Amino acid sequence: MRKGPSLFNIVSVTLGFAFLYLPIVLLVIYSFNAGRNVAIWAGWSTKWYVAMLQNQQLLDAAWVTLRVGLLSATVATVFGTLAALALVRHGRFYGRTLFSGMVYAPLVMPEVITGLSLLLLFVAVNFDRGFWTVTIAHVTFSLCFVAVVVQSRLVTFDRSLEEAAMDLGCPPFKTFFVVTLPIILPAIIAGWMLAFTLSLDDLVIASFTTGPGATTLPMRIYSAVRLGVTPEINAVSTVLITIVTFGVITASLITKRQEVERQKAERMAAAAP
Amino acid sequence: MAAPTRKPLIKSKSLVVLVPYLWLLAFFLAPFLIVLKISLSQTAIAMPPYLPTFDLSAGIGAFLESLRELSLDNYAFLASDSLYIKSYLSSLQIALVSTFIVLLIGYPIAYGMARSPKAWRPTLVMLVILPFWTSFLIRVYAWIGILSREGLLNTFLSWIGLIDSPLTILSTNIAVYIGIVYSYLPFMVLPLYAALEKMDESLLEAASDLGCPPYKTFWVVTFPLSLPGVIAGCFLVFIPAVGEFVIPDLLGGSETLMIGKTLWAEFFSNRDWPLASSVAVILLLILVIPIVIFQNLQQRQQERNT
Repeated sequence: MRKGPSLFNIVSVTLGFAFLYLPIVLLVIYSFNAGRNVAIWAGWSTKWYVAMLQNQQLLDAAWVTLRVGLLSATVATVFGTLAALALVRHGRFYGRTLFSGMVYAPLVMPEVITGLSLLLLFVAVNFDRGFWTVTIAHVTFSLCFVAVVVQSRLVTFDRSLEEAAMDLGCPPFKTFFVVTLPIILPAIIAGWMLAFTLSLDDLVIASFTTGPGATTLPMRIYSAVRLGVTPEINAVSTVLITIVTFGVITASLITKRQEVERQKAERMAAAAP
Repeated sequence: MAAPTRKPLIKSKSLVVLVPYLWLLAFFLAPFLIVLKISLSQTAIAMPPYLPTFDLSAGIGAFLESLRELSLDNYAFLASDSLYIKSYLSSLQIALVSTFIVLLIGYPIAYGMARSPKAWRPTLVMLVILPFWTSFLIRVYAWIGILSREGLLNTFLSWIGLIDSPLTILSTNIAVYIGIVYSYLPFMVLPLYAALEKMDESLLEAASDLGCPPYKTFWVVTFPLSLPGVIAGCFLVFIPAVGEFVIPDLLGGSETLMIGKTLWAEFFSNRDWPLASSVAVILLLILVIPIVIFQNLQQRQQERNT
């Protein structure tokens, strides 16, 4: 049959990717625009980057976002991994259906509902809103994404490896850290990355659950955009895009290398007499 | 009591379940019960701005007394005011139409990816995922610069001589459609690609060997086999699109009615917490139906696979 991809396939993939990337590319280019108007090109300039670096509110918001992201992604990864282990490893336990329902439901829940309900909870128990409430909210929705990612890895896990360790006298706790954890680590890293970006990205849930002194970067950008488009936002966006792209590429290279090494180790183990 | 040697095992095992379980009960389920309760309350000029507030320390009698103050008034109001009904309907319409357009655009992309040389595929998948990792808000924001009256699209169209005066796209429903289609395209492409990629190509060869023309092969062989991906993609786009807030708020205009935006306005502008809660409860009920259908479909799919 066909040797290479057909013309139709090449065209549809190219157009599709152009559609996905054109807005992002334009945004990056216009972050270097000297003029204030976002659509009229007035020559190259880095003045919006300078303006961004002098905008204290923006920098404070970025710092809050980073702290919330690091903390909530880490907690969500621990809880999400536990949830995945509970779903894959613990056959039956009381309220299992409810538990798995609660793990999957936030994946499809509109953000406005999640945000509203968490806010009403914090108000009902009289909990001061701010950094901690945003972090709790982010842990809650991102732990579910971590659970799904880790779960997919656990399902394909060869349990005989754990059983072998236990048969050789390794206590369960140690077995988990020496055998299970290294094998599911790529999924855990991927889960953490996902939780971190979800937290950096979130506007709606943070807007509902935040309080004084805990304005996140998306909230700052959102209020700036409502007041009118400024090239400064393009500069902030470009910095964010660069950081995230760099992070994702690094992470994928690391996981790829780990995967190759793991396969190599497995082949050697299989070939061993 | 269990034997001492087994004790730590049981403890760590139940801890694995308990920690995430309790967290989700406290921060996922409990909030919904509170939303449900507040949706049955009345607005009040107080903090918190609703009545009754439950005070468990006042004793069980007072608690039962305050239960009697709950009413369905907010729901009656939602049903009587056409704004809310229109919001729900137009959210559903915008989500449905967008899902269909995303399917039309996403299918050829996923198909092309699945038919590309094996060595390219991981990179292509990576390129579809990458926009996910750049802020959703920023990607929607980028469209403001493209769609506005003096924006890049109008500049481009008048430069090639297609239009004389700039088109008004921003602040209309068309801009909302463009925004949703753009933002949710990867959600459609990925499951479609997963379904198309694992398809056995010898089936296509068999069909063409037997004289089936390409377009017919597509409708008779390829499309039915990719149906699980189509269904998964449609749900992944449709469900979040119904409750979308950022896209209608930034790209849409005053004519754009979407329930996520209405809820937001009810909560932040009108500060009517009980009414916002009942809007949320109804939205949840609307979404539960497709989710249940989706789960049933998935379960049947899994049973067929095993």
